[in-house]
Amino acid sequence: MPDFAVLSSFLVAAVGLAVPLALAALGETVSERAGVINIGLEGSVIWGALGGALGSLAFGPYMGLLSGALAGAAAALLFAVFAVWLNTDQIITGTAVTIGSLGFTGAVFQSRFGTTGVALDLETVPLRELPLLSRIPVIGPALFDQALTAYLAYAMVPLLAWFLFRTRWGLALRAAGESPEAAHAAGVPVVRTRMLAVVFAGLMAGLAGAHLSLVHTGTFVENMSAGKGFIAIAVVVLGRWRPGGVLAAALFFGGAEALQFALQAFDADLPYPLFLALPYVLSLAALAGWFGRSRAPEGLALPWPKRGPQS
Amino acid sequence: MSGLRPAAAATAALVATLAIAAALLAVGGYSPGVAFTALARGAFGSWDLFVSFTLVRATPLLLTGLAVALAFRAHVWNIGAEGQLHAGALAGVAVAIFLPLAHPLLLLPATLLAGAAAGALWASVPAAMKTRMGVGEVITTLLMNFVALFLAQFLVQGPLREARGVFNQTDEIPAAARLPTLLPDTRLHLGFLIGIAIAVALWLYLTRTPGGFRIRAVGASVRAAEVSGRFRAEPVIWRAFLASGAIAGLAGWIQVSGITHRMYEGLSPGWGYTAIAVALLARLHPLAVVLTAIVFGALSAGGAAMQREAGVPDVWVRGIEALVILAVLAVDKGLQVLGRRGSRA
Repeated sequence: MPDFAVLSSFLVAAVGLAVPLALAALGETVSERAGVINIGLEGSVIWGALGGALGSLAFGPYMGLLSGALAGAAAALLFAVFAVWLNTDQIITGTAVTIGSLGFTGAVFQSRFGTTGVALDLETVPLRELPLLSRIPVIGPALFDQALTAYLAYAMVPLLAWFLFRTRWGLALRAAGESPEAAHAAGVPVVRTRMLAVVFAGLMAGLAGAHLSLVHTGTFVENMSAGKGFIAIAVVVLGRWRPGGVLAAALFFGGAEALQFALQAFDADLPYPLFLALPYVLSLAALAGWFGRSRAPEGLALPWPKRGPQS
Repeated sequence: MSGLRPAAAATAALVATLAIAAALLAVGGYSPGVAFTALARGAFGSWDLFVSFTLVRATPLLLTGLAVALAFRAHVWNIGAEGQLHAGALAGVAVAIFLPLAHPLLLLPATLLAGAAAGALWASVPAAMKTRMGVGEVITTLLMNFVALFLAQFLVQGPLREARGVFNQTDEIPAAARLPTLLPDTRLHLGFLIGIAIAVALWLYLTRTPGGFRIRAVGASVRAAEVSGRFRAEPVIWRAFLASGAIAGLAGWIQVSGITHRMYEGLSPGWGYTAIAVALLARLHPLAVVLTAIVFGALSAGGAAMQREAGVPDVWVRGIEALVILAVLAVDKGLQVLGRRGSRA
């Protein structure tokens, strides 16, 4: 049955494309629950891709994943120092971190591998089939014959749900995002909480980037994050700031991205760029509330402590 | 606030940027002295380099910088100048190629109008989502950038592809749709003057008209503006979005009309994002944007020379742009802290 094969390969591609979005969006969920929107997430993704590539060349693919995550966290730390500790505008700071990250990752890559654009051939993280689960028809191979990064994303969902909604730390973190004044009055260290949340998001976005270079492609290309960090922020909204919802939303976007491959299998003349635009259009539709609305954390993107009136 | 303090702050931010960039270059194994000399020579080394490279590259930055400055003044976080620029370029090219007007006095205004209208249209989607559905414009304007890039890719590969069908680009626009050059034997075109005219007009609008006052009032505080009972914020936000989008749209078409004469993939190296640094360094002041656009135009022109003569990849320029933004934010913060100490003493 050829249709069945198409469906199966579509699902495999969809999950593979969803994993980086899920990782980055799950991290960003924690950051936004703490009241910080990090447009610099895109920067963490590209640093993760480069850090993953360099780490993998030196120590192998698994250490590559780790170094990618750390590189993403470092970019997020820079963002946090400005936007949380110095309390600068979150939007402008995040934009600067993204622009700078795209520039400096290119600079590091070119200084290491030359300006001519060599094609890096990286050892990739192997796929690991989970026994039994991968035997489930149709969805089994798609969900359970993946690399470590996919299983990390799955595991993060119950873990983060438990952390955010069942622990005192999670409560404190959400309080810092909903009402920093009240949280502060109740003794929550708002600034420290927010900084940790942002760095965690950077760690996850870095892992997402490392997935791009070490699982998805096996190479590093400048600007290869290609807006994944931005889509992840839309995924958080679509997932209603809940880990389970965020994973589902990421799978939905992975599907939208994979659609181009499935459709091209049928008709090669379809306008390719329009399909590339599809995930972004769907993100906009999702934000417009076509798939239901929900409420953002009350203190999201607002400065803390509050700034005085502007001169 | 006196006029001198913002200038001093901007200078301090630039000096800090250069110091950090020099340190990073040294870490990267380059000689900062050689790199900066090459950069300065590439940007200011001769009258022709200054006019045909620095000022020419400053032109799209001037227009997008004004677009961002206007929006940010109203606290409309338009990160979408890049997309609006592409929309404007596409619309201008389409009108230039398909509208049968042979006279420049007819065709040029029509294309400029089309470019501005398309930019405004592109900005109207995030504007509607913000005002009707309460969706923050940061993500929506960013996402619209990607949609515009892929739309441009689709159009130059398909419906607008050149008749020869060799490259993914449009045909050359007719002579009547081209902006004339300002100085003989240079590439500087009328678009630069259009940018300066818009800067002056924006400055007059913001400081001398009730509409401009409203934009600044909404920027200071939406709630205060509405509670004062004088006007509603929504139309002001719409106006800021549309005007900002229109100016960014013009930037795209003016670049095609004045320099490239064709539309192709990758028309802009990210001017819509650099524009944020341009506007912030100018403290969102339209007249100061003229100066900061030239600073960034010089950086862009010099970046090519830096790559050629000092072996520093020109992606460094993107990194330096980000450093400028961060330096402006940090200097601002420092001034605030000093100001608070000063007022307490």
